Amino acid sequence: MSAGQMLLVATLAVPALGAAVVALLPRRIEQGARVTGTVAAALAFLASALLYLGRDWSPMIALGTPVQPWYQLQLDWVPWLNLQFHLGVDGISYPLVVLTTLLTFLCCLFTIYRVPEGGRGRSLVALLLVTEVGIVGTFLAFDLVLFFIFFEVVLLPMFAIIAFWGGERRRHAARKFAFYTLFGSVLLLVGVFVVVGSAGTADIVALTAGEALTRPIQLTAFTLFAVAFAVKSPLWPLHTWLPDAHTEAPTVGSVILAGVLLKMGTYGLIRIGVGVTPEGIAWAAPVLGVLAVAAIIIGALVCLAQTELKRLIAYSSVGHMGFVLLGIATLSVAGLQAALIGNIAHGIITGLLFFLAGAIKDRAHTGELARLGGLRENAPVLAGLLGFGAIASLGLPGLAGFWGEIFAVVAAFQRGDTLWVVLGVAAAVGAALTAAYFLRLLRRVTHGPAALQLTAPGLTRPELVAWSPLVLLALALGLLPALVLGMAYDPVTALAGVVP
Amino acid sequence: MIQTIDHVALLPAYLAAATAVLALVTDLALARRQVTVAVTATGAAATAVAAWVVGTGPVRETFCLPAAPDACSYVADQTSALMAVLFALLTLGVLGLSTGALRSLPTGEYCFLLAASMTGGVALAYSRDLITLIVALETLTLPLYALVGLKRRSLASAQGAVTLFVVSVVATSVTLLGAALLYASTGVVHLNQLAAALTGGVPAELQTLATVSVVLILAGLAFKVAAVPFHAWAPAAYDGAPVPVAAYLSTASKLGGVVAVLYVVVLGLRPWLDVIGWVLAALAIATMTVGNLVALRQRRVVRLLAWSSVAQAGYILAPLGVFAVASGRTDEALTLAVTATIAYAIFYVVIELAAFGSVAAMRGGDADGGEIEAYRGAARRAPLVGAAFTLALIGLAGLPPGLAGMFAKVAVIRALLGGGAGWLALIVAINAVIGLVYYLRVAALLYSTPPEPEPAPAAVPVPAPAPAPAPESTRVTAPVGGPAAAAAAEQEPRPGPAAGLAVPAEEPEGPPGSSAVPWAVAAALAGATLVAIVIGFAPQLVLDLATLAVP
Repeated sequence: MSAGQMLLVATLAVPALGAAVVALLPRRIEQGARVTGTVAAALAFLASALLYLGRDWSPMIALGTPVQPWYQLQLDWVPWLNLQFHLGVDGISYPLVVLTTLLTFLCCLFTIYRVPEGGRGRSLVALLLVTEVGIVGTFLAFDLVLFFIFFEVVLLPMFAIIAFWGGERRRHAARKFAFYTLFGSVLLLVGVFVVVGSAGTADIVALTAGEALTRPIQLTAFTLFAVAFAVKSPLWPLHTWLPDAHTEAPTVGSVILAGVLLKMGTYGLIRIGVGVTPEGIAWAAPVLGVLAVAAIIIGALVCLAQTELKRLIAYSSVGHMGFVLLGIATLSVAGLQAALIGNIAHGIITGLLFFLAGAIKDRAHTGELARLGGLRENAPVLAGLLGFGAIASLGLPGLAGFWGEIFAVVAAFQRGDTLWVVLGVAAAVGAALTAAYFLRLLRRVTHGPAALQLTAPGLTRPELVAWSPLVLLALALGLLPALVLGMAYDPVTALAGVVP
Repeated sequence: MIQTIDHVALLPAYLAAATAVLALVTDLALARRQVTVAVTATGAAATAVAAWVVGTGPVRETFCLPAAPDACSYVADQTSALMAVLFALLTLGVLGLSTGALRSLPTGEYCFLLAASMTGGVALAYSRDLITLIVALETLTLPLYALVGLKRRSLASAQGAVTLFVVSVVATSVTLLGAALLYASTGVVHLNQLAAALTGGVPAELQTLATVSVVLILAGLAFKVAAVPFHAWAPAAYDGAPVPVAAYLSTASKLGGVVAVLYVVVLGLRPWLDVIGWVLAALAIATMTVGNLVALRQRRVVRLLAWSSVAQAGYILAPLGVFAVASGRTDEALTLAVTATIAYAIFYVVIELAAFGSVAAMRGGDADGGEIEAYRGAARRAPLVGAAFTLALIGLAGLPPGLAGMFAKVAVIRALLGGGAGWLALIVAINAVIGLVYYLRVAALLYSTPPEPEPAPAAVPVPAPAPAPAPESTRVTAPVGGPAAAAAAEQEPRPGPAAGLAVPAEEPEGPPGSSAVPWAVAAALAGATLVAIVIGFAPQLVLDLATLAVP
């Protein structure tokens, strides 16, 4: 087993072992268990970051395989189901993997300091680690059946996080999350075996290269995939689980949900939708584009009417994921790049915003915008960070949110047809609306008369530690989008090449 | 002429029958509970070993027709061996679960009846003609009437037993009628001769009679599987029976039905798959859908598990529904479908045994399953048993970390799509989503905080605006478990500002801690859970066995 393969396994095995150890430690060890879990998360982050170093630096050679993982690990697991334990990483998945391990690490770190009401902190840490295994596994899987399994692994831990540590209506939100997601993933399962039954293999590398699938099979499979990923992403009108889940989830749950869990859907659309069923996605692209733009506009309008901080940020995800999906729907290199960097940017910025919203709600004991006025005077640091996050999220040039939005709009214009130009214009209007609601948020919360006294206006050290990487990354990615785009360029170009 | 009888082939059946007799004799002679149970357990284990050993040898056939030496009533091949081993092991597991309940049940009778039922199962596994099959199935079922009614002074127990008895007798006579009519129209009872006769073609004037008889046979067998519309006995019988007997009903007895259906369909009716394909598909769809929908509304644990086992029977039969489409009747698709059915059945019996084992361990003694509400917070009091129950429930739902259950469903979907029945795969998939609702409700309840005492309306000031069930919340939760259950789920108390003062809730009528679990119950539960975990990570083991065992 090469070093790269060991790193691949370590990225999955370390958090899994960590969760097991945390679960098995005697009940009286509470703080120690949380620290143990956090160490595991840190090691997983380290392993995932190291994946980059050992990669093959030679330029990609067009060998007829549009997917060329840096390393892969391929073992038979269940031959009867065409299931191989096939892991790999390339320029498309690497940023998402690192984002996942980073956010999980930060969330575990944050949980050492603060446990939301509803259960023990060590259980929360264990569940976060299991969720990490599922999400990272989804990004690393190069086998359709394995992809499905990891896709499913995420469901119950996240359900438990929402259902036990969430807000007042957490049971309802958790159930809604579970049923929407399971509905999506059973369709994914059927789609996977439509493909496997027809092609005789579940290997994503082989499926992306080959033309094993006939057009009718591709259309059927893609329809099933599209619904599954649309629920997860979420794409309007299948998004209604998202505001509830994000609002009710505890802070760390919201960060993981918005930061990386949604990306399983968009990643699936790119890796499987574009790669395995290119004819299918080309056929459905106009529909996807229209729905994506509808999500942008509707998400922004709903946000304009929101009166609660966390719910507003939750709904803003609908709009942002709309830009990502618009980028994918264009099926061009620029569009797919927009989707990738939009994914990462949204993960970083919305993760930060949810951390901030949680901190503000803890201190003010309310999330109502009407009662939060004057944060700038009471808690200047929090207000400043919230301003930074909001501006980054609305897509100010120089910060991370900018690139995903602008590239998606540009990619839509590049398609040239009337439909896509209209969609591009509408998306641009949506971007303006996004700016409008974030500025409204800032006017309400940071400015205005000081409405209430906060219990602890300053930042605690754990908060500083957990948030500063996100602030720095939002800035770095804004100034240097090539951090993501550079490594993604070759694989995305190759992938866009398979679309008819 | 005198037939030569292959006694080696018959060894597992001999051992099973001897176990039953020995159990009775031991109880009469020694009247010591532990000894009787140990003797029965040893007998069951010996039966499993013998079946395994005989199965690894060459195929043995006996009780063959002198005129047609390939038409045999009793065949010891790999299929038979696998099924016989399963019956014996399930009996062993149920016996382990019974040690708590046996404190108040007559041990000798209980062990005898259980072993007698096992004998029926083992004989069923080896049977290859309609008469032997029906007799064996009846031997499997007959002791169950008594077992269900064994609880003294329990009305529910007696009701369950009578329901089971009446429905079962009707079902058996229906199957017998079907077999008789089929004999009238084809002149054979051996399954392989039946296949040949049907291939050759039934005379035109007997065609209708043959069709009716086939449907009658399937209907009667559907009763044993508890498939809709022959399922109504299951909830009453399960809930009235002692918990270990309910475990046996939902695993070994159901497996008996599945084996009978498989043998008749695959060995006997193979040429007529186009006729019965639709019957099987309709049976599967109705079974899983009705089972899941009714399970949503259950308030008692064993009833919920009973309805869930009805739904699971639907999933077991679902791969056979692939015969409804032409592309599903090829040899390749048939092998896929039968493998998936056997594999699902194996996964299912293991998980179901763990589920009932958890109920038995949580309730302790001879208590019945009780209300679902009584399990609130049970996993916090007994973490290990709670974890086992959760894993079993999630496995039945078919989600990770219940990997065994997930691979079972994946195998079914794979077989259905392999046979070109995508629509049936979609129905199975949607049913899995419905199923999640009730499994998750119970699983989440296990980890909920116990309820605080109801505050008297005037005396206690309400600390915070109570989480009033908003209209939308009731809207979504109402279908989950009826208004009452939904309200109960919504009103889970939060540690509010006044929580520090609240006295811990009085324990509801409910499961004691894990301290009282007899070691045999714990061992059976641990064994079933361990097997479920192992086959969850290595499902190929089960799939290989199932592939070997395709009749």
